[in-house]
Amino acid sequence: MKIYGQTFASRLMLGTSLYPSPKIMTEAIKASGASIVTVSLRRESGVERAGQGFWTLIRELGLTVLPNTAGCHSVKEAVTTAHMAREVFGTNWIKLEVVRDAETLQPEVYGLVEAARILIAEGFKVLPYTVEDLSVADKLVEAGCQVLMPWGAPIGSGLGLNNRYGLKQMRAHFPQQTLIVDAGLGLPSHAVAAMELGFDGVLLNTAVAKAGDPVVMAKGFALALEAGRLAYEADPMEARDMAAPSTPMLGQASLGGL
Amino acid sequence: MKLIVNGEATPSEAGDLAALLRELDLADAVVATALNGNFVPKGERGLAALGEGDRVEIVAPMKGG
Repeated sequence: MKIYGQTFASRLMLGTSLYPSPKIMTEAIKASGASIVTVSLRRESGVERAGQGFWTLIRELGLTVLPNTAGCHSVKEAVTTAHMAREVFGTNWIKLEVVRDAETLQPEVYGLVEAARILIAEGFKVLPYTVEDLSVADKLVEAGCQVLMPWGAPIGSGLGLNNRYGLKQMRAHFPQQTLIVDAGLGLPSHAVAAMELGFDGVLLNTAVAKAGDPVVMAKGFALALEAGRLAYEADPMEARDMAAPSTPMLGQASLGGL
Repeated sequence: MKLIVNGEATPSEAGDLAALLRELDLADAVVATALNGNFVPKGERGLAALGEGDRVEIVAPMKGG
């Protein structure tokens, strides 16, 4: 999987939130084989210093870190958060989220495009959390986004690919861009479906973190990504409505049937 | 002087952002700062003067999806 010129062996980006414990998070990340983990910025207290311990844990993993702008509803919030993330995490990568409301967490695409333009002009490598709308994708690509991350379904819903046709169209219209399904996956079969459509990768969090056994689920997703990608590369057969025998009819013994 | 630090009213004697971080025991911490909604880079905290009612945000790495 290529992200702004860098190649990653794993097609999985994994979130670091919602795990039962830091230990399970670490084990799940390792089991997933993910090369990239997502992180955020939150208020820090001098008493608890919770962020300092978390950062030590993440750095020890030695993986690529992708900070997000989760929770931002406006261009200004998202741009300011990106500036803070660049300083703290020492990266110009940003998973750009500008959301409409807390109920749907749907991308607010007008603000998203505007924030992407501003940040790319400032040298950021923007990975936008978007919808599968082609016109919005056009604007993001025009702004300079080499990666597009449409949602599969609302964040944390576990519904899978709500609009498989739309995602397929997106792949067809943007062959040069790295396409990653971000959000809404619940099962490895959803990840297989995304990969079979030709997507370059998936970004997950809740599906792994909220599984009864996150470590086993992480491994399940890793295998799913591999299986789905191989299926895409193998050029699957066309589906058909009628049966077609796989065993040759020629040479079948005549045993009294019609 | 009273500041609003991370959304909470906080009494402070700090003249600037760098001094506030020392006051809050966060001088050595990996954090980013904003003053009244505007990002203040680490190197400019000493120049960011604080006044009554200023809103300060101090953020650090945290889990995220």
